[in-house]
Amino acid sequence: MANFYTDNNELRFHLRNPLMERICFLKERGYADKDKFDYAPQDYEDALDSYDKILEVVGQIAADVIDANAESVDIEEAHCENGRVTYAKGTQENLDAMIKAGMNGVTMPRCYGGLNMPVTAYTMASELVSTADAGFDNVWSLQDCVETLYAFGNDEQRKKYIPRVCAGETMSMDLTEPDAGSDLQRVQLKATFDEANNCWRLNGVKRFITNGDADIHLVLARSEEGSNDGRGLSMFIYDKRDGGVDVRRIENKLGIHGSPTCELVYRNAKCELCGERRLGLIKYVMSLMNGARLGIGAQGIGLSQKAYDEALAYAKDRKQFGKAIIDMPPVYDLLATMKAKIDAGRSLLYQTARYVDIYKALDDIAMTRALTPEERKEQKTYSRLADAFTPLSKGMNSEYANQNTYDCIQVHGGSGFMMEYACQRLYRDARITSIYEGTTQLQVVAAIRYVTNGTYTNILRDLAAGDVIDEMKPLMARVSKMTDRLESVVNLTKENQDPEYHDLMARHLYEIAAVTVMAGLLVKDASSAPELFSSSARVYVNLAEAEVAKHASFVENFSVDQVADYRK
Amino acid sequence: MSLKIAVLAKQVPDTRNVGKDAMKEDGTINRAALPAIFNPEDLNALEQALRLKDQFPGTTVTMLTMGPGRAAEIIREGLYRGADEGYLLTDRAFAGADTLATSYAIATAIRKIGPFDLIIGGRQAIDGDTAQVGPQVAEKLGLPQVTYAEEILNLDENARKVTIERHIDGGVETVEAPYPLVVTVNGSAAPCRPRNAKLVQKYKRALGVQEKAAITKDGGVLPYADLYETRPYLNLKELSAADVDADFSQCGLAGSPTKVKAVISISFQTKDSKRMTGSDNDVEGLVVELLSNHTIG
Repeated sequence: MANFYTDNNELRFHLRNPLMERICFLKERGYADKDKFDYAPQDYEDALDSYDKILEVVGQIAADVIDANAESVDIEEAHCENGRVTYAKGTQENLDAMIKAGMNGVTMPRCYGGLNMPVTAYTMASELVSTADAGFDNVWSLQDCVETLYAFGNDEQRKKYIPRVCAGETMSMDLTEPDAGSDLQRVQLKATFDEANNCWRLNGVKRFITNGDADIHLVLARSEEGSNDGRGLSMFIYDKRDGGVDVRRIENKLGIHGSPTCELVYRNAKCELCGERRLGLIKYVMSLMNGARLGIGAQGIGLSQKAYDEALAYAKDRKQFGKAIIDMPPVYDLLATMKAKIDAGRSLLYQTARYVDIYKALDDIAMTRALTPEERKEQKTYSRLADAFTPLSKGMNSEYANQNTYDCIQVHGGSGFMMEYACQRLYRDARITSIYEGTTQLQVVAAIRYVTNGTYTNILRDLAAGDVIDEMKPLMARVSKMTDRLESVVNLTKENQDPEYHDLMARHLYEIAAVTVMAGLLVKDASSAPELFSSSARVYVNLAEAEVAKHASFVENFSVDQVADYRK
Repeated sequence: MSLKIAVLAKQVPDTRNVGKDAMKEDGTINRAALPAIFNPEDLNALEQALRLKDQFPGTTVTMLTMGPGRAAEIIREGLYRGADEGYLLTDRAFAGADTLATSYAIATAIRKIGPFDLIIGGRQAIDGDTAQVGPQVAEKLGLPQVTYAEEILNLDENARKVTIERHIDGGVETVEAPYPLVVTVNGSAAPCRPRNAKLVQKYKRALGVQEKAAITKDGGVLPYADLYETRPYLNLKELSAADVDADFSQCGLAGSPTKVKAVISISFQTKDSKRMTGSDNDVEGLVVELLSNHTIG
């Protein structure tokens, strides 16, 4: 029987990263729950063993239930009637299986009924779910909105909502509106305080809301009358049990059909303020977005993994010119490149997740006691690294998901263009990943200052200074050369002050930084587990080197007066 | 209103994934080549029990399995999904049991650990395919039985009756039966729920006596040994033939009237095909041929 987790040694490798020991210690507060809860780990090894076993459960559900339902969910889609959403039959089965498995409120503390798992292990679960059905991953993984409620809600709100999420109630984040997509400062949904009933009320319309008929919503709304920028926005919790929000329609989409994308109408809907007024966009949505972007990285990897598995199986089976097509260089080139992008992308994704884990755990500890100076320093370092790595992981893994699903169809040839094969669904499902939760172009905006201030270069220098096995030394030397090139190209752009020139160059600098970082991380992983990654590391360094050369050459040959040729 | 439910489950070789090494030269099962799994229809049975537990709070589900020490895995699998406790019926005296001796051992154990309102098992095990053990247990305990159950539709606690849909040849039948009752469940019934993350963490170190002995023999150290003192549920209960006051002459090989005369490994060759009509002559010829080459009989 297939199990998407136990069958995937490359994924399992990342659970054993040395940084996990610190993460588990912080997340478990030195294993303080071990005598309070019968399911709490005793120590580090016990914690890892538990995560491994829990991921095995998810891998089984992913293979037996979610993957088996993916095709019917894609065809049936979710439906909207009388303002309410009904999931496709398979989606409901998937959700029921995950709830029975206790896979809700995964990262929440045990006192609320959660599993208290680190973000890294939760992200692995999300990858597994996405490998089976990326659309269902949205419905399931929106549970991580609860992280924001946990971090910024008051004690009463935590006690009221978190146990419900742990019991399987679904969530949504209601941010975008017809005129506020990437530019969330334009949000107009109105929040007014109802003095008579001593509560807030929401009125207006939201659009493109994933899983918009969820049980518990986090809503971005304008609470400050007369304001017109991000500082007039606050965050609210809407409880479906109170009523007042209806689904006007479900969008008809290219992919992720199982995930209902809703237009919501708020009619005097009762809600609660979450956190402080005016911090809705500038603080809380940024927190929501960072969590979501990590999740889209996982979704991208899941899609890429499935695309690779499908392509590999087809290439072994399909015979032309008297032999299996996998034995032909143009085909095995495609497959090796897909595999290398997955391995490199996964190294980046879980490195990012680990950074997030450390700073979030320290943030959480800081709510109950003052951090020591060392801990404060650690918190700051990892918080900055998480901010730097999240847009790289989201951007690259979503772009790779598009490339890998494209190549999956290519391996299938004409059959891949037919609706009978899963690859067409993967191709359609992947397309949104580089758009929602911030387009790739916005990931470039989020990442560019870390390119220019040397954050990535420093990480790469640290990687190169660390020890690698002899077999990997030549590859690490090539990564160092790529790092030099990154540095020199960045310095070159600094000679010019034109902001449009910088915006035009940003994507190229981002690509150079991203592939170099991924190459460095993969070479490091290949040094720890050559049996899993050494061939991918060689393939990826070839690819990354060529990408660096391409983009560097573009920047080096671009003069500022050419901006006019691009401007319309 | 709470119920006491026993689930009969068996650890079986995974005969659904039979490769060319599945059988040894002498015709016996090559257990090394076939992983041991939870008999699939027993999982369907467990799900029916757990649904009753969901419906009637306070209900306890007790796993009962017979087998060697490693069959404690079946009890853990039950606990991971929501069962409350389990017993491993294990003794050299039980070895080599046919369906009669198996049902004798299980019925004897149930008398010891029961009584139960419902005893639910899979229709049959994939290694023997007899579908005899469930019905024999019912007979031995003097209980009514409903076989081929698809779903337990309703349980009326006042009238002490259950309504069950059974799938039979050519149709569906809805029957009512008083409990205590033995039910055997079809593989087409609702699939079993997945393992639960909290329960997996709670019970992952639960071990049977023999499993613990296997770890500590030759000076091995039992990890987290103190937990077995503070958390009694981690010690899975084992029952020997003596524990259940079994009559040894009715156990295992001694209690099994089934005698295997010979086991022959037959490979069916699809390349030979024969066309025959439905005439008496052809049918008789076929029966004689199949008897003579031991395909049947």
